[in-house]
Amino acid sequence: MNTKVYRAIIRLRFLLLVQYRAAALAGISTQFMFGFVKVMVLEAFYLSSTTAQPMSLQQAIGYVWLGQAMLGMLPWNGDADIQALIRSGNVAYELCRPLDLYNQWYARAIALRVAPTLLRAVPLFLISLFVLPSRYSLSVPTLSSLAVWILATIGALLLGCAITNLMNISMLWTISGEGIIRLLPAVVTVFSGMTIPLPLFPNWSHKILELLPFAGLVDTPARFFTGQLDPNQIWLFLARQLIWTAILIIWGRWLLARGLRRVVVQGG
Amino acid sequence: MPQILVEDLVKTFRVSKRQIGLWGALKGLVAREHIFVSALDRVSFAIGEGELVGYLGPNGAGKSTTVKILSGILVPDSGICQVMGRTPWQERIDHVRHVGVVFGQRSQLWWDLPVIDSFELLRDIYRLSPTAYQATLEEMVDTLQLSNLLEIPVRQLSLGQRMRCDLAASLLHRPQLLFLDEPTIGLDAVSKLAVREFVKKLNQEHGTTVILTTHDMDDVEALCSRVMVIGRGRILAQGSLRDLRDQVTRERRLIVELDPDYPREYIAETLPQAKLVKWEGSRAHFSFDPTEVTPAELISEISGHFPIRDLLVENPPIDEVISRLYGELQL
Repeated sequence: MNTKVYRAIIRLRFLLLVQYRAAALAGISTQFMFGFVKVMVLEAFYLSSTTAQPMSLQQAIGYVWLGQAMLGMLPWNGDADIQALIRSGNVAYELCRPLDLYNQWYARAIALRVAPTLLRAVPLFLISLFVLPSRYSLSVPTLSSLAVWILATIGALLLGCAITNLMNISMLWTISGEGIIRLLPAVVTVFSGMTIPLPLFPNWSHKILELLPFAGLVDTPARFFTGQLDPNQIWLFLARQLIWTAILIIWGRWLLARGLRRVVVQGG
Repeated sequence: MPQILVEDLVKTFRVSKRQIGLWGALKGLVAREHIFVSALDRVSFAIGEGELVGYLGPNGAGKSTTVKILSGILVPDSGICQVMGRTPWQERIDHVRHVGVVFGQRSQLWWDLPVIDSFELLRDIYRLSPTAYQATLEEMVDTLQLSNLLEIPVRQLSLGQRMRCDLAASLLHRPQLLFLDEPTIGLDAVSKLAVREFVKKLNQEHGTTVILTTHDMDDVEALCSRVMVIGRGRILAQGSLRDLRDQVTRERRLIVELDPDYPREYIAETLPQAKLVKWEGSRAHFSFDPTEVTPAELISEISGHFPIRDLLVENPPIDEVISRLYGELQL
């Protein structure tokens, strides 16, 4: 495979996306606000609850901060550029390139997920690790937790990009692509653990949540970072992320091939 | 075997029909009616290497559909299409390596990035060697005068500048075949000339086969050795521009400028072989059939009777020929 060109695509998209500094700044403050609200709610919940919880308050708070810091990686939207390409018919040019369209869009998805995350995560990590009072802060992880968090984050990125690409491809059907684009964020945010940490969901739902792909996006890395999961378990969780990634990639490729057969490039 | 061979190509689009009004929209939720629009209805043609072919037809005739099938973007319903021995939609990736495409109404450059970034991405996409890329780039910069444009983000270019860059982008990989879909649309006179010059040179010096769709008949007249006319999804006429013109009309125009003070009442009677079409100030426009009377006879006749300041013989404007042709073909 010609990886050079995919690296070039990632680089170009990345350079473009990191230009949006105002958006990054706005994102940082919004995510900081939301993080605080969630931390407060969790604290109130923990203080008023008498039963033992599956994770400590400190871990839950850490989980929330990690979710906020890595929000850019959550596949809650498709690539607006690809949506514009499809809507305007410029996708025609993408089809006259000697490139695999799925890989090309996947490369764009990587840039779409990594660029805003890098911009926003660094300040959020610094503040939540070192500035906040220890009661509300993200605890510094052990070295092994940090190592497995990095692996789980890479897994989450690959999985998130496969989901992003499915959203891109879905736009070949609904020209506006808006049906799925509106439905998916709700599903992704709730079932990934972004809204409430997944361990705090009722016990009966854990089996279902573990079967779905979304836990691999936020829940898995956050639980390894906060030490709620033993670093030894990484291979099981990584395997789950990668198997889902493979399934979604195969599904996406199949959909794309079908979509292109029926593509109608309008106008001109 | 010709470079491009198309036989009985058929493409039908299914369009869902919207009904008018609220009730119609509600009905459409349950049962939608479809109409089938036949874009190509058994189109056949062949194009040889190094040809520069104009592909004409009114709006919606199927020109762009043909180009999109030839460039591997659309899949036809049936028919044979061989481009350099390959079927475009079956071997898309191998096929597009040898083909360049410019859609005049779209751009293949990355909107927010400097032009050179798009070029370098294309270099990586087509896996061009650094030396080959550099040589082609220099040639393009030279002939299309791009040296001042390369560092500018595409969104800041004028339409003419953008089109020059788009042309260069489609040729960086030195395709043997170039599809130009309305490349001069919306361009000013200077840019149009630049594009035409460039395409002509490309065809002559590199032997690149060019298929040009356009509504600009000056493009066709300046460039194309052969034209094909498509209408209602079928090829209706083809040949050189001259053949097409003769098919429609043999008429020529004689334009005579007279002394403005000279009485002009009898001029029509002086030239019974020609028909007075109109007066434009002191200019009389005649039309005549060169098989009935030669221009030389007409000129000697008229100059014997009238003091002439200036005169010229011309063909009817190509736009007029084509619109008459469309009329005859009932397009």
